[in-house]
Amino acid sequence: MPEGGLNPKAVSTDGGPRIGVYVCHCGLNIAGKVDVKAVVEFAASLPHVTVARDYKFMCSDPGQELIQQDLRDGLVNRVVVASCSPLMHEATFRRATAAGGESPSHVQMASIREHVSWVTADGDDATEKAKALVAGAVRRVALHEVLEPRQSPVRPDVMVVGGGIAGIHAALTLADAGKHVYLVERETTIGGHMAKFDKTFPTLDCAACILTPKMSAVRTHPNITLWTYSDVVSVEGYAGDFRVRVRHRPRYVREDLCTGCLACIDACVHKQGKFEDEWNEGLSKRKPIYIPFPQATPPVVVVDREACIWFKTGKCPRTCVDACERDAFDFEQTETFDEVEVGAIILATGYRTFDASRMPEYGYGLYPNVYTSLEVERLLNAAGPTNGEIVLRDGSRPRTVGIIHCVGSRDAKHNLWCSKVCCMYSLKLAHMVKERIGAEVYNFYIDMRTPGKGYEEFYDKVLREGVHMVRGRVAGVTDEAASPEEEGHLVIRAEDTLIGSVRRIPVDMVILAVGIEPQPDAQEVRRLFNVSCGSEGFFTERHPKLAPVSTFTDGIFLAGACQGPKDIPDSVAQAGAAAAEALAMIDRGHVTLESSTAFIDDAACSGCKTCVGLCPFGAIAFDEDRKKAAVNEVVCKGCGICVGACPSGAAQQHLFTDAQILSEIEGVLEYV
Amino acid sequence: MTKPKVAFYWCASCGGCEEAVVDLAEDVLAVVDAVDIAFWPVALDFKVSDVEALADGELAASFVNGAIRTSEQREMAELLRRKSAVVVAFGACAWLGGIPGLANLSSRESILEFVYRGSPSTSDGDGVRPQEETDVPEGRLRLPHFDETVRTLDQVVDVDYYLPGCPPPVDLIRSAVTALVEGRLPEKGSVLAPDVALCAECPRAQTKPTDLKVTQFRRPHEVIADPETCLLAQGLVCLGPATRSGCGAPCTAANMPCTGCMGPTSRVIDYGAKALSAIASLVAPSDEEAVGEAVDRLVDPVGTFYRYSLPASLLHRRVERDAAGSRGGGQGWARRS
Ligand SMILES: Cc1cc2nc3c(=O)[nH]c(=O)nc-3n(C[C@H](O)[C@H](O)[C@H](O)COP(=O)(O)OP(=O)(O)OC[C@H]3O[C@@H](n4cnc5c(N)ncnc54)[C@H](O)[C@@H]3O)c2cc1C
Ligand code: SF4
Ligand code: SF4
Ligand code: SF4
Repeated sequence: MPEGGLNPKAVSTDGGPRIGVYVCHCGLNIAGKVDVKAVVEFAASLPHVTVARDYKFMCSDPGQELIQQDLRDGLVNRVVVASCSPLMHEATFRRATAAGGESPSHVQMASIREHVSWVTADGDDATEKAKALVAGAVRRVALHEVLEPRQSPVRPDVMVVGGGIAGIHAALTLADAGKHVYLVERETTIGGHMAKFDKTFPTLDCAACILTPKMSAVRTHPNITLWTYSDVVSVEGYAGDFRVRVRHRPRYVREDLCTGCLACIDACVHKQGKFEDEWNEGLSKRKPIYIPFPQATPPVVVVDREACIWFKTGKCPRTCVDACERDAFDFEQTETFDEVEVGAIILATGYRTFDASRMPEYGYGLYPNVYTSLEVERLLNAAGPTNGEIVLRDGSRPRTVGIIHCVGSRDAKHNLWCSKVCCMYSLKLAHMVKERIGAEVYNFYIDMRTPGKGYEEFYDKVLREGVHMVRGRVAGVTDEAASPEEEGHLVIRAEDTLIGSVRRIPVDMVILAVGIEPQPDAQEVRRLFNVSCGSEGFFTERHPKLAPVSTFTDGIFLAGACQGPKDIPDSVAQAGAAAAEALAMIDRGHVTLESSTAFIDDAACSGCKTCVGLCPFGAIAFDEDRKKAAVNEVVCKGCGICVGACPSGAAQQHLFTDAQILSEIEGVLEYV
Repeated sequence: MTKPKVAFYWCASCGGCEEAVVDLAEDVLAVVDAVDIAFWPVALDFKVSDVEALADGELAASFVNGAIRTSEQREMAELLRRKSAVVVAFGACAWLGGIPGLANLSSRESILEFVYRGSPSTSDGDGVRPQEETDVPEGRLRLPHFDETVRTLDQVVDVDYYLPGCPPPVDLIRSAVTALVEGRLPEKGSVLAPDVALCAECPRAQTKPTDLKVTQFRRPHEVIADPETCLLAQGLVCLGPATRSGCGAPCTAANMPCTGCMGPTSRVIDYGAKALSAIASLVAPSDEEAVGEAVDRLVDPVGTFYRYSLPASLLHRRVERDAAGSRGGGQGWARRS
């Protein structure tokens, strides 16, 4: 007889349920509180229970073997495991039951760890509760129907949405593994935020040097279809078989013909740039025909319809067109669409920075010499508006610079979270400013957060370079001088918590280390792809520790800062992980589908449509001719929303029928 | 051939169910032709002793309308049960408790207090309350006992079939009687109406959107509803999606939302809970405050969602607790099985 077993009772031969109850100690997690032996003895006394055993770790191989042996011996045909929560191990015990030759749906778990031992103060109470839950599970499992696990095939192609460093890395990883990738980027070039930087912390690599080779690899890779100036308009289907519709916006220049010689930009009737250059954060002007930066990928110019004289008046000599040797112009272009079928989707839509004008006390937008960090990244960039020179708007060089950390972050009024990268990039900016122009630099920080390989060392280095560190929250920035030496400067007022007094530091330039926020359209994107996000708007991973790149929608993965603030190394690591998850799914060739799906009793459906719009996974279709709703069980995740909502009980769910739920409740109540 | 004997009886009801029988119009003659009415105190002069005189099971069927509130109703239900092969709970009150069942929101004491003293139209007088027994010179007068709780017919006696509606639609009555006469009765316990919700036969159904979201609930007196569009889509709380069809949707045809008198389908355990969860799932706003505002406009939720079914519901009645926390105000009741 296996360890810890009670004598199997006479086996019923009438085809009725023969229930095995397996009570887990979970080391001392359960057994430290619950009298496991008493629960086993109680379980053995319940009707239809033929075997009741306990074991130290039911999820271990020998634990699972106990179940399989009893199944093989024909002692049991239904399994109750009293252990942790179903989220933790239901899949394990379903697998074990299937391996023992029984339908995996003939399993029910009683959560006597999360619901009992961890949360009950008194041992006797805990034991009684555990018995009640076991009584409920035993009653319920007797009614479980046989459901075979279902599978559906997976298409081999992948879509990556967002062409920042995360999207680029994921796309290249998949393409190198031989999968076809559609990379969709809504701007005219890939590269994302990283393409705007001059150097990257902590190693101070030149951003362009490490990024542009990857960008051109994307463009030339035979396995990558790159769609810039494009966005996803609809997503249908489910893990393994998504149908995605992509809209391409017109550039008025044909991508297949333009070589990026830029002759047209020179030839434009506008002799000077006149319109705000978004890529340079508005620090320079561009023409109606432009390319964001020389290494933009693809190297194709774009016409800004709002600014172009031809589009505005229909009267323009169109010198640009004449200048083009390739005949690449097409002013008649309109939106076009593509529809592709992919097995998996990786979301890498990145972030936006905090809008500094939301904190008027820092004077952004009011004082010209207050800059955001992103603007300064552009100033520092050799391809930026000043060719890498740090000069103020009036052309002068700042002699003192103050960098304010945590702008918009760690702030109950704005964003509660730490943006994770601002301390490090503020140190980077301090270092670069000092190195380039020898200015005195003051960093105002609340806490210096530099965890990461080589990060604390970078901080040390910047300290040794003589950057002044002031610890304390900055109260405000003003141009009102309180003393002659403040005259003509901006004054940063901050509490210095290390010396315990309020300081006023006059500076020529203020840099606001703006935090990382979800993209403004995160909610729409979330709905489009059917993933969830936290209240702040970062996409939610399936499990913060164990499934950090998966989402609750199978087949949709996350990479980069769209999931939360992240630096480049983390974004790339996560992109690699997302690519690996997608690969694993594709190479497996099939996805296993939830078996406790909803189904609609066709005859009973009144066509009231209540359920249709409620399904978060779009699994319910309404047939207007027959006036009936139907669940696509491949898409259904078994969330039960439609079942709860169906006012006439036509929508039901496998393993969650009223009879099953009520029998469980009655089992518990009968014991109590 | 002897015609089957049938009885009609009323308990706690408004009389509308009796009207419905009369509404059979000339068909009533066909009924009278086909069956032998052995007891129908509303229409014809019968005495209880007439029923008592029958052999057990001699009545082919009794159609009992109304809920059960008094000892007399209970006794009559039991008597008719004994004398009948088939008992039909006739109408929403007999099946689910109906409008009289809403009295389960109040205690017996508070009802008597209001009716015999508190109500504005009652003069307090000498505070006389009806007594179950009163001695007068002519002898002893007896009144039935007024129970603490309103019950459905099947919480008191075994019921074979249910005819839904307030009152049951004429068509359903006719086919029930025909089925009875022809001996084609369905499985015991059946509700003699289609087992699909009303949207299936509502003329407005095709105008109902598949992604319906209600931003603001409205009450019928607050709007002049568009005569074609789904009423729920106009913010009116139409319970059609939760309610059995078979009535022909006269209310929605007349620009009034369905209030649910036809009761739940066979798959629903608690009508009000189901209807409430369906309506709640349509609330458009998602932040807590706006949801609160939206649902605050659902005035009288019990009266809306349990209008016809409180006694049959899992709630059954309001339970009053005394200061010590023990339950009061309840009376033993059998659960509908
Ligand atoms: C001022 C500043 C300096 C920084 N310096 C450093 C540094 O030195 N070192 C470091 O490691 N990190 C640094 N970071 C952090 C770094 O920017 C991020 O880690 C990195 O950019 C994240 O990459 P990503 O691909 O996730 O997002 P992003 O770079 O934001 O890229 C997202 C891409 O997706 C596109 N997109 C968005 N939505 C859609 C959509 N719906 N459809 C199609 N495309 C879409 C965007 O256009 C963009 O191209 C800095 C951040 C800031 C603000
Ligand atoms: S909610 Fe129920 S009755 Fe209404 S359409 Fe859906 S399944 Fe049919
Ligand atoms: S249970 Fe219903 S609502 Fe939930 S996923 Fe399945 S079909 Fe959609
Ligand atoms: S009006 Fe009522 S019954 Fe008619 S379709 Fe709309 S919800 Fe259904």
